[in-house]
Amino acid sequence: MTGADFVPLSLAPILIGVLAAVACALPGNFLLLRGQALIGDAISHVVLPGIVVAFLFTGAVAALPMMAGAAGAAIVAVVLIEAIRRLGRIEAGAAMGVVFTAMFAGGVLLLEQSDTSNVHLDVEHALFGNLESLIWLDATGWASLTDASALAGLPPEFFRVASAALAISVLTWVFWRPLKLSTFDEAFAATLGLPVSWIGIGLVIAAALAAVAAFDAVGSIIVIAMFICPPAAARLMTNHLERQVAWSILFAVLSAVLGYVLAGYGPLWIGGSDAVSAAGMIATVSGLLLALAAWFGPCRKRSGAPQAR
Amino acid sequence: MLWDALTFQLGYNATLVAIGAALLGLSAGATGTFLFLRKRALVSDAISHATLPGVGLAFILMVAFGGEGRNLPGLLLGSAVSAGLGLLGVSWLTRHTRLGEDAAIGAILSVFFGAGIVLLTVIQTMGAGRQAGLEDFLLGSTAGMLYSDAVLITVGGALVLALVGLLHRPMVLVAFDADYAASAGVNTARVDIAIMGLVMAITVVGLKVVGLILIIALLIIPAVAARFWTNSAGAVALVAGAIGGVSGYLGSAISASAPGLPTGPIIVLTAFTIFVGSLLLAPERGVMAAILRHFAFQRRVHVRQGLLAIAQGQAIYEQLTIRLLVRAGLARPDGVATDLGRSRAAKALRDEARWEVVRRHEAFSGTAALYDGLREIETVLTPDQVAEVDMLLGAPESTA
Repeated sequence: MTGADFVPLSLAPILIGVLAAVACALPGNFLLLRGQALIGDAISHVVLPGIVVAFLFTGAVAALPMMAGAAGAAIVAVVLIEAIRRLGRIEAGAAMGVVFTAMFAGGVLLLEQSDTSNVHLDVEHALFGNLESLIWLDATGWASLTDASALAGLPPEFFRVASAALAISVLTWVFWRPLKLSTFDEAFAATLGLPVSWIGIGLVIAAALAAVAAFDAVGSIIVIAMFICPPAAARLMTNHLERQVAWSILFAVLSAVLGYVLAGYGPLWIGGSDAVSAAGMIATVSGLLLALAAWFGPCRKRSGAPQAR
Repeated sequence: MLWDALTFQLGYNATLVAIGAALLGLSAGATGTFLFLRKRALVSDAISHATLPGVGLAFILMVAFGGEGRNLPGLLLGSAVSAGLGLLGVSWLTRHTRLGEDAAIGAILSVFFGAGIVLLTVIQTMGAGRQAGLEDFLLGSTAGMLYSDAVLITVGGALVLALVGLLHRPMVLVAFDADYAASAGVNTARVDIAIMGLVMAITVVGLKVVGLILIIALLIIPAVAARFWTNSAGAVALVAGAIGGVSGYLGSAISASAPGLPTGPIIVLTAFTIFVGSLLLAPERGVMAAILRHFAFQRRVHVRQGLLAIAQGQAIYEQLTIRLLVRAGLARPDGVATDLGRSRAAKALRDEARWEVVRRHEAFSGTAALYDGLREIETVLTPDQVAEVDMLLGAPESTA
C-alpha cells in the first residue's frame, strides 16, 4: 500500500469517517447519560423524508437544500414526539416509535412516488451511505497534503463533516459546565439558574446537526452506531465525564479507521476480491469494541465499580 | 382497482398477502400492547434490526450447501436465530453492565444491522446471476411473491395470532400490574419472555411483507392509538389488535391496487392515520375532548363572573359573558339582568359568601379544598351543613 494508492483512494474516506464518528460520539455521551440514547436512532430515520422533500422542491441532489430538509425533518420529529408525549400522556419511547416509523414510511413512499430514476437517491444510499466513493481525485501521494490546489479538490463532504465536527467540539467545550451540571443533576442546575430545558433542546439540536452532516457523507447506520457504541463503551471504562468523552473519541476514531481498513482490505487478506460495506464494518467494529468494554471494562458493573477519588 | 383489492379479486397471492397482513397486524397490535404497557416498546426495534445478519448468513449457508439461497423458510429461520441473539444481547448488556436498556437497544440494533449490511455486500459479490433480492427484507416487498411464500405468511400470521390468544390472560395481568400478577402466582419473568418470543415471531413473519425497518410500527402504533380509547389493559389489546388488523388489510390492499405503493410503508401510514384520528377524536383522552372541556370550563367561568357582577350591581363589558348570559336567559342583550338572572345572581353571591365561611372554618377543611370558584355549594355539602354555614354567616343580606 503506497502513498500514491492510499492517499487518493482511502485517506479521504477514512478522514471523513473519523470526523463523522467524532461529531456523533460527542453529543452521544450526553444523550447516553440522560437516558436519551435512542434520539440518534430516531433522528437518522426521519432524515430520509427530509431529504426527499428537499429533492422534490429543488429537483436536484444538492447538498445544502438536502441538509436543510433533513434538519427541518429532525425538528418536526422532535416537536411531534413532544406533542404526542404531552397531548396523549404517552411514554417517550413509544411516542418516538410512532413518529420515526411513520415519517420514515412517508419518506419511502415519497421516494417511490417521485421520479428519482435519473438521480442517485434511494433508501439504500440513505441507510448505508457511500463512504467508499468519496475519493480524492486530485491527490497523487502524501505530498498532496501540502498542496493547496490538491487540497481544494477534497470531496465536498469532507468540508461539511469537518465543519460539523468542529462546531460540535467548540459547542461542547464552550457549554461544558452547564452541560455537565444539567446532565448529572438537573434540579441542582435549575436552582443555579441554568436554563435546563433549553440546554436539553440545544443538545438535541446539536445531535441533529451532527446526524445530518454525517448522514450526508456516511449514511444513517454509522450515525446510529456512533451515537451509542463509543459513548456506551467509554461509560464502562471510567467514572469521570472528562475521561469518558476522551475514551469515546478514541473508540470512535478506532472504529472508523479499523472498520474502513477491514472493509477495504480485509477481504483481500483472506483471499477475496471485493471490498465489503465500510459503513456496516465500522458499525460492527464499534460493536466489538463495546463488547470488549462490556467484558473487561473496569467500570462495567452498576455497583462495585472502583470509586472515584 | 382498490375495490378489487379490498374484495380479494386481485388473484391468489394478493388475497393471501392481504389476509396474512391482516392476521399479522391483529397479532402485532395485541402483542405490541403488552410491550407498550411494559414500557419496552423500543426493544422491538433491536429485535427487528437484529434479523438482518441472520438473513444474510442463512442465504450464504444455503448457497454454500448447494441449495437455493432465496428459500423463504430458511431465511426466516436464520432471521429468528439472529433476532434471538440480539434479544439476548440486549438483556445481557442491561443486566451485566450499567448501561440502560435504551443504550443496549441502540447498540444491538446498530451493530447487528451493520453486520447484516456487511453480509449483504458479501452476497452481492458472491457470483453474478444470483440476484438475491435480500434488500426486500429492509422495506418489505410483496410484488412477485411466490405462492408458497404467501401461504407461509398467511399460516404464520394465523399461528402467531393463535399464540397471542392462548397467552393473553397472563400477559394482560402482567401488563396491567406486574407486582399484583407476581403476588397472584404468575411468573412475570416467563411472561416477559413469552411477550418477547411473540414479538420475535411477528417480526419474522412480517419481514417479507412490512420489512425489518418498519415492522416495529405495527407493534407500537396500534397500541399507542388504542390507549386513547380505553383504560383497561385487556380492552387496549383488543382495540389495538383491531387497528393493526385493519391497517394490515387496508394497507396491503391499497398497495396491491397500484404500482409505486410499497406494502410496508402503506401499512404503516394507514396505522398512523388511525393513530392521528385517535389522538384527535378519542373521547376523554383525545385532543378534541380536551379542547371541548376547556371551552366548557371557560363558559362556566364567564357565566359565574357575570352573575357575580350582576349581584354586585356592576356593569358587564365582556361581550362573551353577555352573550352567554343572554343565551341562558339570564340577561337581556343590553346587559341588564332578567328576573331569573337576578335570582341566580343572588344565589351565586350567597354561595360565594358561604364558601368564604367554609374556607375559614376548620370543620369544613376537607370541603374547602374543593373550592374552585365555580361549584354550587349544594353539590359538595348536605342541606344540614348548608344550614349550619348559613347560621355562621348570619341572616342573608338583601341583594336586590
